[in-house]
Amino acid sequence: MTPTGIGLELLFVAALLVILVGAFLVGRRMRAPGEPKPARRRTVLRDRVARLAARDRPTEGDWAALEEGLVAADAGRTAARRVVGRVRERYQSGQDPERLLIDEIAAAFGGDPAFALPADRLGVVMVVGINGTGKTTTIGKLARRLATEGRTVAVANSDTFRAAAGEQVEVWARRAGAEVVAAQERGGDPGAVAFDAVQAARARNRDVVIVDTAGRLHSKRPLMDELAKVRRVLEKASGRSPDDVLLVLDATSGQNGIAQAKAFTESAGVTGIVLTKMDGTARGGIVLAVREELGTPVKFVGTGEKLEDLQPFDAQAYATSLVRG
Amino acid sequence: MFDQLTDRLGAVFKKLRSRGKLHPKQVDAALDEIRDALLDADVAVEVADDLLGRVRDRALSEEVMTSLTPGQQVVKVVRDELTETLGGTHRSFTASGDPAVIMMAGLQGSGKTTACAKVAVHLKEKGRHPLLVAADLQRPAAVDQLFALGSEIGVPVTSDGRDPVKVAKAALKQARRDGHDVVIVDTAGRVHVDREMMREAGRIRAAIKPHHALMAVDATVGQDAVRQARAFMDEVDLTGFIVTKLDGDARGGAALSVTQVTGRPVYFAGTGERPADLEPFYPDRMASRILGMGDVLSLVEKAEKTMDEDQAKEAAEKMMRAEFSLDDFLTQLREVRKLGPLQDLLAMMPGVPGARGLKDVQVDEKEVGRAEAIISSMTPGERRNPAIINGSRRSRIARGSGTSVGAVNALLKQFDQTKKMMKRLTGGRMPMIPGMPRIPGM
Repeated sequence: MTPTGIGLELLFVAALLVILVGAFLVGRRMRAPGEPKPARRRTVLRDRVARLAARDRPTEGDWAALEEGLVAADAGRTAARRVVGRVRERYQSGQDPERLLIDEIAAAFGGDPAFALPADRLGVVMVVGINGTGKTTTIGKLARRLATEGRTVAVANSDTFRAAAGEQVEVWARRAGAEVVAAQERGGDPGAVAFDAVQAARARNRDVVIVDTAGRLHSKRPLMDELAKVRRVLEKASGRSPDDVLLVLDATSGQNGIAQAKAFTESAGVTGIVLTKMDGTARGGIVLAVREELGTPVKFVGTGEKLEDLQPFDAQAYATSLVRG
Repeated sequence: MFDQLTDRLGAVFKKLRSRGKLHPKQVDAALDEIRDALLDADVAVEVADDLLGRVRDRALSEEVMTSLTPGQQVVKVVRDELTETLGGTHRSFTASGDPAVIMMAGLQGSGKTTACAKVAVHLKEKGRHPLLVAADLQRPAAVDQLFALGSEIGVPVTSDGRDPVKVAKAALKQARRDGHDVVIVDTAGRVHVDREMMREAGRIRAAIKPHHALMAVDATVGQDAVRQARAFMDEVDLTGFIVTKLDGDARGGAALSVTQVTGRPVYFAGTGERPADLEPFYPDRMASRILGMGDVLSLVEKAEKTMDEDQAKEAAEKMMRAEFSLDDFLTQLREVRKLGPLQDLLAMMPGVPGARGLKDVQVDEKEVGRAEAIISSMTPGERRNPAIINGSRRSRIARGSGTSVGAVNALLKQFDQTKKMMKRLTGGRMPMIPGMPRIPGM
């Protein structure tokens, strides 16, 4: 008899398979039961809000269409259903449903704290996010904003992975009138950069230090662990939690943005979102979804490539642009 | 890549399959759920509706409704249409011309520069001599980035001039002079509503007449994907797409959206941060993978009926703690045999690591009995800790099981390899298998 490799290999694969199925069975029982589904009309998406506004007595279909309008703006089905549900509760015949919707969306962000830095000591801001959302650009703009408020700004680049990340930070910092205080060669230790950054900013008596981090997909465990380490190092070096951990979220982002916010909050303790690329056609409904799901506030909105293109988040303006497109 | 969409569709199809006869209302209910799943996966609303419209027409046809297995027929229709929406058949990426010119366009942060380097590596491996052109003069240090990537992958980079059109044209000249047979031009990221920048992209295209104008599309993009793709299509006349960041957990509905609205295929998927992390994109495989859940679900149904759940749970936990012993293997092996012929089980598992491409291999069912006999001939101590099995133990086991020392060796070696594979797969967490739902809390 000959022990054939393939036969044996298949056996083991099969055993693995059964284990996985078993794990799946166990896991499935932990799942939350599906939420009830709303009635929905299958129509081409267009001017749904306007149609609703034109009605004396909106139908189920109108409300469903409104929900879908929010889905089409990337707010996701869950948040859309919740927000429209709240609008329906308040709605009385003759009221302007569009107004109600805008108010309800803005109210979702009610009571969120604005971006604020301590007056009496070094402020520490950490910036995180997946690749390509605009972290470095945001840092340039934020540095500029803080500089024009009269603060002295130090910037540190802990992105030791991407080619030419350091150069990019350097250019933005120079434009913004900030100073790069810590950097390392590619492949260097991001934690060491963070430590040096706080030390150097203190030594030079800066008001605030902004720490850039390498873009990373939130599903990659080792990279997220590295990020958690950078945060810990910042805590150790400054003796307290960072004043702000900003998650940079792309306005074109779909529902994956929720997973991003969850994962970065878990490993880096996100305190607020910067919503970038609002100068395109995307309306950034994802931050409504994230606010509804995780409660994460939005601190800034990025609207272009120029230094001035960063504004504090205005919930009313955001809600209006989300609804009116 | 599309694991989460697969979860959702799988649940729908499980319902469909359990019914003998279909009523149009049931089809609609199922399509509603598919639509929700697609929207959750960031497929554009219009693309989802378009797809489902086609599915509905075909699903309600007499052929499907009167068939013996209407549920399965609907599944097949969805898979076909999904494949179609993803671009139909795989188009291999060819770049002929002397030199062949490839232009990379897209929004800021979509991964153009990285994609350029990846395509360069891909072509270089095929024996081509690419030249990379840094024509993104907007983003600070974009040129530096491409130069750094170029030196990493051993591909020359050029960027001569202050205007992207001139840089691109100069590069073509240089390519001819230096004997490069393919030129890859990286361009600045631009928002599709920025008229001036879009016209610039059009000018670059007109100046270099690329054989391929590719758009890098971020897999995490949501509903906006269709607007972006349309705008770039209008201005740059794209030949295809590269979907980037597919190594994350984004559901990647954007891939469906852009191919549908432009009629252009996705050529590559970016699956990592290293320059080698580029894979060809196969619409049919992707669709099978999306719908492969149906098969896994039927397997789960089978397992639910025959397996001892507590035992399976224990085995899974052991595996994660890397304590999986030969005893456990024997138990699981017997469980597997209860489920039916191995051949059938494997056919249900799309993309099991190690089993890919083995689906057509004949499984020798005697192998199962042989493995059983070998393990049964071991002492409990040997099963717990196979490391103690020395030469004399091996021959005893071989005699006891009526096999040979070679067979015992092969089994032990395979067990060892499997344990290693599990370790690598799990890393302390549950492995991700395509078509297998994520397991909450594990």
